[in-house]
Amino acid sequence: MIELSGVNKWFGEFQALKNIDLAVARGEKFVVCGPSGSGKSTMIRLINRLEAHQTGRIVVDGIELTDDVKAIEKIRAEVGMVFQSFNLFPHLTVLENLMLAPVWVRRTPKKEAEELAMELLVRVRIPEQAGKYPGQLSGGQQQRVAIARALAMRPKVMLFDEPTSALDPEMIKEVLDVMVALAQEGMTMVVVTHEMGFARTVADCIVFMDQGEIVETGAPADFFAAPKTDRARLFLSQILGH
Amino acid sequence: MSWVRANLFSSWPNAIATLVIVWLAWKLAVPFLDWAFAQAIWTAPDSKVCRDAKGVGACWGLIHEKHRFILFGTYPFEEQWRPALVILILLALYVISALRACWRPWLAAAWIVGLAAIGILMWGGVLGLRYAENERWGGLALTLLLATFGIALAFPLSILLALGRRSQLPVLRYLCVVYIELIRGVPLISLLFMASVVLPLFMPEGLSIDKLLRAQIALILFAAAYLAEVVRGGLQAIPRGQYEAAQALGLSYWRMTWLIVLPQALRISIPPLVNTFIGFFKDTSLVLIIGLFDLLTTVNVSIGEPKWVGFGIEAYVFVSAVYFVFCFAMSRYSQNLELELARGAAKGGAQ
Repeated sequence: MIELSGVNKWFGEFQALKNIDLAVARGEKFVVCGPSGSGKSTMIRLINRLEAHQTGRIVVDGIELTDDVKAIEKIRAEVGMVFQSFNLFPHLTVLENLMLAPVWVRRTPKKEAEELAMELLVRVRIPEQAGKYPGQLSGGQQQRVAIARALAMRPKVMLFDEPTSALDPEMIKEVLDVMVALAQEGMTMVVVTHEMGFARTVADCIVFMDQGEIVETGAPADFFAAPKTDRARLFLSQILGH
Repeated sequence: MSWVRANLFSSWPNAIATLVIVWLAWKLAVPFLDWAFAQAIWTAPDSKVCRDAKGVGACWGLIHEKHRFILFGTYPFEEQWRPALVILILLALYVISALRACWRPWLAAAWIVGLAAIGILMWGGVLGLRYAENERWGGLALTLLLATFGIALAFPLSILLALGRRSQLPVLRYLCVVYIELIRGVPLISLLFMASVVLPLFMPEGLSIDKLLRAQIALILFAAAYLAEVVRGGLQAIPRGQYEAAQALGLSYWRMTWLIVLPQALRISIPPLVNTFIGFFKDTSLVLIIGLFDLLTTVNVSIGEPKWVGFGIEAYVFVSAVYFVFCFAMSRYSQNLELELARGAAKGGAQ
């Protein structure tokens, strides 16, 4: 489904990603963790080309990512993304946020798009907010709308870039619940998060990154019980220790 | 009463300031009102009555006598119902465009029909209307036409320029930067001079664009450069996350711009946009230097007649009032629009 091989990425002089190899099969859930500045966000932003890589190959759903704009738009339509800061469109209602891409990118008839949108709002448990503007919702509600907005495109893959980091603690659970439900339905997911409970529950594979490299990958049971590298051990002790 | 006490007489300095200002306003307003209304002469078939009352009362007779010329310029006298109708059509178009309930696809159709009707009325030559070459257009009708077409065409152009200035394509970006800086860097008067005097020299033999059109083009190019910077300001206020979210959904550049970026950027830009519109509306009066008879020019010419020499104050008060009505309407409307849009997107903003 997603294949990165030998990917390197520089921001100016600074090498953000070094020789990244990663393969995510259909239906798999990958959780990416690591200290801040380790390149986790950059890596998942490469998958829908919000950032461009310089060397190496990235193939998503059989299409290689190049400068070809049409191919990029096609992949973006297949890959849903949820951001740390929600990025809902503040000038549109919740319903309009959800209908926008299906109507304009997929050419779905309005009525059908609205039905799908309402269905998704039920799934993320806020159908009663359909007519409100994003600014009127709580952070947790906004993030659930953002998940529904991504799902409205019926994506084959969902990327989550620290979806709960900007939330107040009491709202984290409502977002994670939606994500767990999504995982149980068989969605292919790549999630950058520090929520280790979530990782334990749903991940097929933990990817630990540090300083632009993938240091260690493994099943959650192995990774949490017996990390193979010192860096992973140190990281785990820091985030689980408190 | 308690409001007065709390706001106007809350302390000794405040009370003194209030009294001084009231006294000054009284001293200025009373003589003005006396001059403008109580002692005014409203009709004056000849200027003799006015001359006798000079310094005591205003001579609105001048406006009364010359209003046809002031409003319609040298348009053929017996045909002046046509520009009058044009003014009414334009006003009607402004009003329906201002009502949000009318923001439907038919509004575009209304504008097309309205503008076609305006063209037919002003030029004539069809439907039994006498032909009136556009050298004879003038007065308020001309001012409104210059301003309306100026803003209507400069605004879309300015959006393209602003987008171009932020483009990833270097050639396009530099072209837009050079255009904006060049046009902004010269006074409108010199642009109008160039359009009217210099441009024809470079035109190929036999091809000539008439003076009005050249002036209109110069006005559009000028306004577009200014508006482009206003729009760019709005664009810069849109957080990067909005672009990323739109891209991540697979929206193409133009769809993202049209559906996500511009609605937000233009909303933020309403106050400076309207500010520029108002400035531009008044700037159209500069066409007087290339001999077009806009509202200000017709007023100027009126008081140049020997009969009315010396009644400049009345003439300029009148023309100021006309400009003020239009500018104030724009200003109030923009404040209203801002409020309404803010209510729509209540309590929120970009995250």
